[in-house]
Amino acid sequence: MSTVSDPEKRIHDDASAAGTPPGAADAVQSQSHVKLGELAAKHTPLPEEQREPVLRLDGVTVSYSGAPAVCDVTMDVFRYQVTAFIGPSGCGKTTLLRSLNRMNDLITGATVDGSITYHGHDLYASNVDPVEVRRRIGMVFQRPNPFPKSIFDNVAFGLRLHGMKDNLDERVETALSKAALWDEVKDRLHKSALALSGGQQQRLCIARALAIEPEVVLMDEPASALDPIATQRIEDLVGELKRDYTIVIVTHNMQQAARVADMTAFFSVDVKDGGHRNGVLVEFAPTADLFIRPADSRTEAYVTGRFG
Amino acid sequence: MSATANPLISTGRRARRRKLTGQIMEVLATAAALVAAAALAIVIITVAKRALPALNTDFFTQNAAPFGASGGGIKNAIVGTLIITGIATAIALPAGVLLAVFNTEFAPRRLADLISLTLNVLSGVPTIVIGVFIFALVVVGRGQSAFAGSLGLSIVMLPLVARASEEVLLQVPSHLREGGMALGATRARTVLTVILPTAVGGIVTATIVAVARAAGETAPLLFTTSIFVGTTVTTDPSHAMASIPMVIFTYSEQPDPHAQQQAWAAALVLVAIVLVASIVGRLLSLRTRRQIEQVR
Repeated sequence: MSTVSDPEKRIHDDASAAGTPPGAADAVQSQSHVKLGELAAKHTPLPEEQREPVLRLDGVTVSYSGAPAVCDVTMDVFRYQVTAFIGPSGCGKTTLLRSLNRMNDLITGATVDGSITYHGHDLYASNVDPVEVRRRIGMVFQRPNPFPKSIFDNVAFGLRLHGMKDNLDERVETALSKAALWDEVKDRLHKSALALSGGQQQRLCIARALAIEPEVVLMDEPASALDPIATQRIEDLVGELKRDYTIVIVTHNMQQAARVADMTAFFSVDVKDGGHRNGVLVEFAPTADLFIRPADSRTEAYVTGRFG
Repeated sequence: MSATANPLISTGRRARRRKLTGQIMEVLATAAALVAAAALAIVIITVAKRALPALNTDFFTQNAAPFGASGGGIKNAIVGTLIITGIATAIALPAGVLLAVFNTEFAPRRLADLISLTLNVLSGVPTIVIGVFIFALVVVGRGQSAFAGSLGLSIVMLPLVARASEEVLLQVPSHLREGGMALGATRARTVLTVILPTAVGGIVTATIVAVARAAGETAPLLFTTSIFVGTTVTTDPSHAMASIPMVIFTYSEQPDPHAQQQAWAAALVLVAIVLVASIVGRLLSLRTRRQIEQVR
């Protein structure tokens, strides 16, 4: 795995070094506390009374082979809001994200304690079909992972899978349009998806996820393997998608969280006696509050760049 | 050491010995590589030299001459080999691929390791043992048949196909699996619609290599489809059928120089088949590797 992730990191670092994006890098975070707040203040999250929880996490602990990776998380994911998970490496934000559509089922030894409910229904009840969970709660991964098929077949994959075969062409076009990719690929729908650029591939993966009409889209650092311009497009896209979808996005880039998220959850690493490290949710608040008036000193240390 | 001596140039006994050891190793390794290449070249040249006088169109288009008569070809044996290995492939390919899929996608780690070990042992079982086994299991009481021969060959092919397919499946990056699952595909569905299509090139390569190997196997056929093969083309797999390896085996034992020459010619045909198949397999596997690298 490490050989896979290294080049990505490098790409990300290169992007940061180039300095072109309006702060796509963590590097400038030291003087950016105020700027982050400004960015975050640009969007107004729903007032508290209008927030409608889609996913509720209550005392959620995700463990690998008995060793907790992230502990006792209680928070809500609200409808038509972008919720960001931020925090240093190893704080379990990706692990937690993957537990929201049961992708952790694929990892042997992974267990989820506590309760995660989707519109009040326990995601982990024994009679729940993970396939149905993943149809309603889609996922976009850190690295673009289009199938080695045509662009059309990539988007149609989920549609065929779930028997949504009426108006297949129309549905594919709609999904690609929603992912802001249609104009770029409409003339080569039946060409291989692997010929697309990294950014286009990632938008294809978003289109593929949107095609099956999920309610929630989980995004695991969707732009970290992309160049600054492609990153910007993904962020713009996230901003548009929240009109129709509920989005949870993991990012280690605070600027990105400030730019795209309505609500932000900050995770940190707790070191227990005996040296075991696990992630904890430190603070969950509207993004602007979290960056301007962090309630917890650890959050403040992180967003002002004194830590992490 | 004087002040002007270059510190980067080593001198002294130890340095000389180190250099000498390096040179000796290089010479030995090169020699070993040459020996391997020479062995293949000698085999091909020897076979070709003795086979050429007997090679003509008749050799490919005529059936075997009746015993003692001159002329004739190995058309019936070529057809027989095609049918026997064809049936063997039809058995070993699906079984091998399914085994590989089970091992890489579904089996718990320890079971997968056990199965891999079993396959390794199976591929090491002498083919004569496989021949005897099929003889006892299928031939005794029922008589020889091309099908029995195919069964024997499929046992030879199975571990080759399974192990090679397993390797290709493992190369398919896991993020493609996750991509399929995240869209709500079951594990089996992901394997069928994403993983296998990505790995298909490698599986074809594995099959070609296994076919090449099986086409040349003699021992499993010796007990199962070697007598009463007749001298005409037969296509009924429930009866014994002629095959190229058996032609080589029987003709080379005859005192008739004409028959011996035909044995050499049949050997050349077999070597050519194996060689071409190996090269095609090699080229295809390079292509597959590039394809898989693209999705990595």
